[in-house]
Amino acid sequence: MNSTMGDLRLPRALHAGAWWLWALGLATAASRTTNPVLLLLLIAAAAYVVAARRGSEPWSRSFVAFLKLGLLVLGIRVGIHMLFVSSPGGSTVLFRLPELTLPEWAAGIKVGGPVTLEATMLALYDGLRLAAILACIGAANALADARRLLRSVPGALYEVGVALVVAMTFAPRLVEDAGRIRRAHQLRGRRLRGVRLISRIGKPVLEGSLERSLDLAAAMDSRGFGRAAAIHPRYRRSSGPLVLTGLIGICIGMYGLLNGGVASGVGPVGLGVGLVLAVSGFVLGGRGSLRTRYRPDPWRLPEWLVVGSGAVVAASFIVAAVRGDPGMDVMVVPLIVPGIPLLAAAGALAALLPAWASPPPPRMATEAPS
Amino acid sequence: MIIFDRVSVQYDGAATPVLRDVDVHVAEGELCLVVGQTGTGKSTLLRTVNGLVPHFTGGTVTGRVLVDGRDTREHRPRDLADVVGFVGQDPRAGVVAEIVEDELAFGMEWLGLPPDVMRRRVEETLDLLGLADVRRRAITTLSGGQRQRVAIGAALIAHPRILVLDEPTSALDPQAAEDVLAALHRLVHDLGTTVLLAEHRLERVVQYADHIVHLPGSGSAVAGEPAAIMETAPVAPPVVELGRLAGWSPLPLSVRDARRAAAPLRERLVELEPARVPHVASAAADDVWRARPRSRGRATPVHATVDDGPAPPHAPARPAHGTRSRLAGGARSRLARLLRRRTRHAAGSLPGDETLCSISELAVQYGETVALRDVSLDVRAGEIVAVMGRNGAGKSSLLAAAVGMVTPAAGQIRTGGIDPRNNDPATVIRVAGLVPQDPADLLYADSTGAECLTADRDAGVPEGSCRALLHELAPDITDGRHPRDLSEGQRLALALAVVLVARPPLVLLDEPTRGLDYAAKQRLAIIIRRLAADGHAVVLATHDVELVAELATRVVVVADGELVADGPTADVVVGSPVFAPQVAKILAPQSWLTVSEVEAALHSPSAPTP
Repeated sequence: MNSTMGDLRLPRALHAGAWWLWALGLATAASRTTNPVLLLLLIAAAAYVVAARRGSEPWSRSFVAFLKLGLLVLGIRVGIHMLFVSSPGGSTVLFRLPELTLPEWAAGIKVGGPVTLEATMLALYDGLRLAAILACIGAANALADARRLLRSVPGALYEVGVALVVAMTFAPRLVEDAGRIRRAHQLRGRRLRGVRLISRIGKPVLEGSLERSLDLAAAMDSRGFGRAAAIHPRYRRSSGPLVLTGLIGICIGMYGLLNGGVASGVGPVGLGVGLVLAVSGFVLGGRGSLRTRYRPDPWRLPEWLVVGSGAVVAASFIVAAVRGDPGMDVMVVPLIVPGIPLLAAAGALAALLPAWASPPPPRMATEAPS
Repeated sequence: MIIFDRVSVQYDGAATPVLRDVDVHVAEGELCLVVGQTGTGKSTLLRTVNGLVPHFTGGTVTGRVLVDGRDTREHRPRDLADVVGFVGQDPRAGVVAEIVEDELAFGMEWLGLPPDVMRRRVEETLDLLGLADVRRRAITTLSGGQRQRVAIGAALIAHPRILVLDEPTSALDPQAAEDVLAALHRLVHDLGTTVLLAEHRLERVVQYADHIVHLPGSGSAVAGEPAAIMETAPVAPPVVELGRLAGWSPLPLSVRDARRAAAPLRERLVELEPARVPHVASAAADDVWRARPRSRGRATPVHATVDDGPAPPHAPARPAHGTRSRLAGGARSRLARLLRRRTRHAAGSLPGDETLCSISELAVQYGETVALRDVSLDVRAGEIVAVMGRNGAGKSSLLAAAVGMVTPAAGQIRTGGIDPRNNDPATVIRVAGLVPQDPADLLYADSTGAECLTADRDAGVPEGSCRALLHELAPDITDGRHPRDLSEGQRLALALAVVLVARPPLVLLDEPTRGLDYAAKQRLAIIIRRLAADGHAVVLATHDVELVAELATRVVVVADGELVADGPTADVVVGSPVFAPQVAKILAPQSWLTVSEVEAALHSPSAPTP
């Protein structure tokens, strides 16, 4: 009991994979409904968890950016609907935009004309769903270090993961380089702005980064990156196709789960088979490898709880949608105030669990660059 | 341990091989130093050890390199990673991870060390290199010295039997360099690691070497005992040059050995005074400098004429009869100050006396960090000011502030009579020119010729001015060369020409000697002296104590963002364990700074015959 409490209370960074699985659960749930109340509930739950459990790293502040992006998507969607899409049969005309008369061959496309309340609401609900999915991704991004996630990929994918991590580390240096070269221009008596700046800085930055990536490759090679001798070729040969088929199975399964139109058996079965294949492929690929990991992130009770909470959210929404609970898909003709399906609402509240069921993030002494 | 068996290396498209028939054995547990000028193949030699040449760079290698019994023809660098740790020239280039700990562990993961061993090694390495308090920091936020130590740590953490390092201390301040070398020394002595090391700054490493491989430039390599090689090598640290001058045998390589041999020399020098008149450029060279067309309508300080006028007034005036007792030190410096002030007063009408940069109570802040605090500094025409201090002490910030590249949080800066922050960059480059730490930043054209033309246009001077200037600084650069293909020294010369073409009275150089060999450094010293003699003020931020001793008229020490010392070179550096040049350490308590001073004094008529 004590060690369980210790797991939950002692500050440490939760496994990045757990946060992403939780966020994927929320996103899956959001994709199964257009009910604005449920969607807002999901966004609120994600925001609460982010506020409670985010660390002090630079990316921890990215949640708000994702919310803003969601708002932008929402705005664009509503705007385009107003302009181009003919109304789904509603009759409550809000206002009329000047209509463009299009030639015969462009029949079916509308530019301007009457804007109905129903069409606007439909666009709003759809946009809100996208915004909610974006918010879920934003939450994962703010809570988990993408680098650590890539570093904890299964052994068979480790090389790819490391390559991606290195690429991510590399990218910020472009910005640094650009700043240095811009200052150097000033030293030569110029103050550049706008397009001229980009055209003057672009080339040296790219040249420099190309040169540096060669150096980097040499350095990685000298430090043993890609020493594959440890893996038996037989394992290597069999693991590749297994992982690939497994991933395809997972894709089919996910599609089945997310899209209500596919026969209900396809989703779970595809996902299950795919997972088994992929995992066995990874296990085979990782077996016999001499490579080890420095301080791997542990996967303990809090990780299970967080993933479980995401799974509960996703499951409750999927069940509610499959059962056809009233209020999961909101009607716009006739326009009614949407009801709240109890099961899904309760499920959405389960998304809050990580705010208590995960250890607080470690508070690092933030040290400024010297 | 490492066997070069008639190794020749020729890169594709090159007319001549870089290395030719190199036959060298490096025994286990040796510290072997590779010396030679830029472009003689030091890096190539080092890179053959772990197979980067030819597996990575291409080119043709004949002969064979055996590393711990493995032939590099059959083993790629990654297959040799468990035997050879490699640290490249640029500590920034090899960084693969975000934070220090992960960077250290990277190589061990691929070698398959058990997790508990990795954990222990990381802790040990953090302690060994003094990185424990930055272990969770992002590597991009570290200072140059810290980064270099991380790179070395990442290479030695897996306990390879061979460690290959390409100029590991060139970016480091003297103290950090000492730390790194001490760590290497410990590896060699306690763990029996074989170390192969290339370094320009021989004064730092030659004493630790068991063996020296000298690359004279013809492609061949000469290996031998350090003392024997140093006897004749054209590149030599001051301790060796002093030893040669005094005829000591065996030739001492460390300050300690030299001190023990130096008692008779100190005896001879006790009655003599270092003649510290700034070196005056030849009249011919000076004419070229002054004949350059000036841009219109600019208040240029009239350049002090050196060849026909009195010596610039800021030569640190030295008392004619200094007493050498320690008690007299304070009185002497007071006297020196008095003398100097009187000299300046007397020479007040000289145009060269003008203050070119005046900084008062400057503070610079980046985010939470205070980089500079309450710094006041006046730089006058004709001065060569060396700004010294630890990595990250604020030297670069001080230089950047003088040209308006950073916004002061407090204080006043007047450079050439204007506030550089509130003026157009085109105006600022006419009063002050800064060559940044990496001179390549300043260059962006495809060829040297195009670079010069752009510089002429930027500065608003007639076409060809920059080209003529460059010809003065480095005559061997042709117009068609791409700036990236130039050697470090040539690139510095080009950047300097680009900056000087606007004829700024104040010239600032940030770490100009990084990566320069002795010959290039000598050329730079001549250029800087000529600039100062011509009435420019030159400010250099540098770690190179030998260059400072030879060149600077005044030294400013920055620590933790504050000025902690400011005075004539000899007063500041003699007696400082960190900043004293080798000659000063050997001849202390007398205040000699360079071999040439000693030489000149010994040859002067007043020198007593031994």
